[in-house]
Amino acid sequence: MIRSITKQKSLEEILSLLEGMERVFILGCGTCVTLCRTGGAPEVEDMTKKLRENGRIIMGSMVIPVACDEISHEALEQMRDPLSQSQGILIMTCAFGVQTIGRQVQIPAIPALDTLFIGKERGIGQFEEVCTQCGDCILGETGGICPVTSCHKGLLNGPCGGTKDGKCEIDAQKDCAWTLIYERLKAQGRLDRMRRLQPAKNYQVSPKPGRILIPVEERGE
Amino acid sequence: MSLRFREILSSGEFVITSEIGPPKGTNLAPMLHHIELLKDKVHALNVTDHQSSVMRFPSLGGAMLIREKGGEPILQMTCRDRNRLALQADLLLAYSRGIRNVLCLTGDSVVVGDHKEAKGVFDLDSSQLLMAVRSLEQGKDLGGNELDGKPEFCAGAIVTPEARPLEPQLIKFEKKIQAGAEFFQTQAIYDLENFERFMDYARPFGVKILAGIILLTSWRMAEYMNKNVPGVYVPQHLIQELKEAPKGEALGVGIQIAGRMIKTLKEKRLCHGVHIMAIGREELVPEILQAAGLDGTGG
Repeated sequence: MIRSITKQKSLEEILSLLEGMERVFILGCGTCVTLCRTGGAPEVEDMTKKLRENGRIIMGSMVIPVACDEISHEALEQMRDPLSQSQGILIMTCAFGVQTIGRQVQIPAIPALDTLFIGKERGIGQFEEVCTQCGDCILGETGGICPVTSCHKGLLNGPCGGTKDGKCEIDAQKDCAWTLIYERLKAQGRLDRMRRLQPAKNYQVSPKPGRILIPVEERGE
Repeated sequence: MSLRFREILSSGEFVITSEIGPPKGTNLAPMLHHIELLKDKVHALNVTDHQSSVMRFPSLGGAMLIREKGGEPILQMTCRDRNRLALQADLLLAYSRGIRNVLCLTGDSVVVGDHKEAKGVFDLDSSQLLMAVRSLEQGKDLGGNELDGKPEFCAGAIVTPEARPLEPQLIKFEKKIQAGAEFFQTQAIYDLENFERFMDYARPFGVKILAGIILLTSWRMAEYMNKNVPGVYVPQHLIQELKEAPKGEALGVGIQIAGRMIKTLKEKRLCHGVHIMAIGREELVPEILQAAGLDGTGG
């Protein structure tokens, strides 16, 4: 399952974002941020303690099961009183959660986390980006390894000159995506795919902001 | 300089190029000094493009200055800082100012430089930049639109003969040729036997290969490159030679090593020329040429 991978902002930045707000409600999420240990129950508890130490009154807190789900308003409904007495809600979820909750409350929604990427947990505490949702999938040419995501420069025509012993120019611990692609295509006897000159990437296929409307008849409704 | 670089490449003459690093700031005096010093001693001068992702005076500005001073510039262009609109526009400007040679590079990552928080662009890669050059020459931009007046360039790229693993880089070398590269400057080479093997592979492609010569200034620098610079391997016997240099004479030994390599490459006709990178020590290039038995190619 893919996850939204996050990291906590510094306390200094959080306090600056909460400037002028004395009474605060804290919200965590039971899904991705629990897995990343950035916004689950222990982190919400820890944040409660830190904000109290910094003069905030915590009106309440909760860990919502799935913050980005539209049903989150039912959970929020149970917290109507403490929320109505708060001047701000500190949201310890990814940016999807912040925006979903932000639409449903009257008070300012303040993010406590930075959303890094959509990725997968490869091992305990090990998260990797797998897809940047570029809208123009090249995996069929690259042995199923994505250079748009896994090459630091997102190169389409092979490794740059910065690769060394199969590792990346920016991090000697990081595998060079194009060396991996080369090895896999070679093992599959498909190096001819790597030899194909890829033209400049089409960035228009993925309009910013992404938005697709599937016509009703195609939805089979 | 009367001959343009492409004519020199096809003349059969052993080609000598070097490079100029633009200043960080508006004081152009040292760069102008290097241009004056080298413009008649080598066939063409590269101007680096924010080398190592360090913000500097632009390569295009340096190349224009070389033109003004009567030298032959090779404009280095990386894909790190400009998208396809800006790259194509700069190619048009370069052509309009008499610049006829372009070296197409992907560019180092932003994070190795001095603006680590900047956004790396990489809208194109080096192969695609070569395709853009060739497209503009056909009178069309990358959007397929007609140009009113088209440029013409002698376009080159780089290759790393000592990369490990090597084959992915060779595949890319062939793609760059397919995309339109006519000449290649190599990453620094020090092992001539390895280089000869590379040339046996590369020669049939019919492109011109200029061997990269980086001046070794000390044994520490050589070991630093071995450890940190991708695709550069200084053999132990050269490191030993630098170590055995009398105190204060390692640089002189480095110059002799560079000169000796150039001489061998030329005498044995191992490749079509050399590209000398003195990295911050441009004033030593004439001494390297002298050590190689070449006292300036003249015009």
